[in-house]
Amino acid sequence: MSIISVENLSKQYHIGTKLPYRTFRETLMNVITSPAKWFKSNGLRENNTIWALKDVSFEVKQGEVLGIIGHNGAGKTTLLKILSRVTEPTEGEVRIRGRVGSLLEVGTGFHPELTGRENIFLNGAILGMRKEEIKRKFDEIVAFAEIEKFLDTPVKRYSSGMYVRLAFAVAAHLDPEILIVDEVLAVGDAQFQKKCLGKMGDVGKEGRTVLFVSHNMTALKSLCNRAIWIDKGHIINDGESEAVVANYLHETAKVVIEQNWDDNNNAPGNEKVRLLKARLAPDNKGMDSIITVETPLNVEFVFRNFLPEASLNYSMHLYTMDGICVLNSGSPVFTAKREKIKGICRIPANFLNAETYRVKIMMVQDASVPLYDHNDALIFDVNDIEREGNWYGKWAGVVRPKLDWQVETDNNNAEKS
Amino acid sequence: MKHELIIKYKKGWMPINFKELWSFRELLYFLAWRDIKVKYKQTVLGAAWAILQPFITMIVFSILFGKLAKVPSDGIPYPIFVYAGLLPWNYFSSALSNSGNSLVASSNLITKVYFPRLIIPASASLSSLLDFFIASIILIGMMFFYHFTPNTLGIVMIPVLVSLTFIVAVGCGLWLSALNVEYRDFQYVIPFLVQIWMFVTPVIYPVTLFPEKYRWLLSLNPMAGIIEAFRAATLGHQPINWDLLFISSGAGFLIFFTGLLYFRRVERSFADVI
Repeated sequence: MSIISVENLSKQYHIGTKLPYRTFRETLMNVITSPAKWFKSNGLRENNTIWALKDVSFEVKQGEVLGIIGHNGAGKTTLLKILSRVTEPTEGEVRIRGRVGSLLEVGTGFHPELTGRENIFLNGAILGMRKEEIKRKFDEIVAFAEIEKFLDTPVKRYSSGMYVRLAFAVAAHLDPEILIVDEVLAVGDAQFQKKCLGKMGDVGKEGRTVLFVSHNMTALKSLCNRAIWIDKGHIINDGESEAVVANYLHETAKVVIEQNWDDNNNAPGNEKVRLLKARLAPDNKGMDSIITVETPLNVEFVFRNFLPEASLNYSMHLYTMDGICVLNSGSPVFTAKREKIKGICRIPANFLNAETYRVKIMMVQDASVPLYDHNDALIFDVNDIEREGNWYGKWAGVVRPKLDWQVETDNNNAEKS
Repeated sequence: MKHELIIKYKKGWMPINFKELWSFRELLYFLAWRDIKVKYKQTVLGAAWAILQPFITMIVFSILFGKLAKVPSDGIPYPIFVYAGLLPWNYFSSALSNSGNSLVASSNLITKVYFPRLIIPASASLSSLLDFFIASIILIGMMFFYHFTPNTLGIVMIPVLVSLTFIVAVGCGLWLSALNVEYRDFQYVIPFLVQIWMFVTPVIYPVTLFPEKYRWLLSLNPMAGIIEAFRAATLGHQPINWDLLFISSGAGFLIFFTGLLYFRRVERSFADVI
């Protein structure tokens, strides 16, 4: 028998208004100017809505580890939010048979002023644990997070790694029958990611059910036996995870080497900064436009800044299609007024491997506060070249820099002496 | 057969799920505990503020209204008269503003994790209670100084009156916090409301200042009857005005229950609009 059944689930959001919330004046004006319309439609117009999910149906069996993939804005998070009861569906229904623990964000409710010890109790209670239960698991949580020495330090003094470790540790010890996890592995160092994945794998092996959203395809393939691919609110593909991931990668690996947006409020971003342009220019010096491992690349981003006087910097992430982060490179900090900013990052020749890469661009304020980040601003293929030697297999590694080698053999030394 | 949870769109008015609220009672405690911890961690004087603030207010009011303006005080010394009114009023006003702003302040919780949302304004009203208890020390000291002793009925009534204050504060908090989620205008309404409300409540003056004919109007203000009764219960200088308290409590419960209904009706959309 299935532990979760989702039937014709749909969720409609209202968009188009400038603010997510209404002001009292707006409502008053609506009532005054067109009372009949307001009462009939409850102030909402059909054309200002978007279906974040539309007619989604699936079943999950007990003990299944289900991966959910899709682009940003495809509806994955909306689905998880409905399953964790944060938001209500507009249509359809979900039946859940068992205790749900959901982790839509790492460290929800952590308070920076409180110590690690205090936050364990607070966060545990917010996630639905009893005080007794937290006390019982306290030592285990602390050991898992590796923060023994900092238990009585306020978490605002923690490094981001420690913060994430503690937050994940609390959530990992929730012991729900159904665990819902959204993209929490995007943070934290590689070693801890491995540990978290291991913990989640254990949860699955214990016969509990896991729903897992990630952009890390490698992790997803190794953890999940089944995957669902969601796009524009619909399920595109549902099946064995290897196959679904392969389909997803195949379908979405469309090359994007230039994107332009109109310089207005529809450009991606927010009231602080907006992205106007992203462009990848191979520096081939007039040769053909194919990008190979030997092509130097210029990656260009144009932003519109709306902040009066801000110290900003670019931060660019490069990912493989499997979701592995290759690098993160930041520009020097600069001061910008309300103006257009153009930034170019040069990726040298003989650095990237023959792979498909995705670029995420981020604008950061005061070298610490991310103002806006845009996933998949660029997607590009790097092609292989004809190599010396007689091995033509895929070159291993996410990068392929040409490094200096010094080689000595005993033979040479013997001749010299 | 395991318990089955059905998630779907629900229309109209929602009943209150007492069983669920009960299972989340520890969260109520933890959120109030967090507010208290954080408040005292960030201040140098810490708990001393809970005493200093009403104490200084009492002195200023005694000079301004007691000495200079000669506001009547039921025939008892003005300082103790005004302090016995300020004590419950301060609790009410801080509980009201905390819970009125509580949902917006907890937007990160609301969009990321499920629990009965009622807990947020309720815990915000609860955490101000500690300040109330600390500030009561001054009242007890003043009662020794001025030789006032409450009678048995008064002692029994004090917890009842504090609970009533809590209910009125949560009731207003439910209305204001829910309205604040959708209409951010209410964050400006709250301080203004608290200020005006104090002047229509017998904190710095006695009910007898009002002509007999209009006193029923005053009793529609839930805090009027409660504060007047609190003063009579603690100081025992006059019997509790039961008529006044009865009407005020009725008004208080009306605010509370309508607030509860409104809150339950709109809480399902909090995560989408906040």
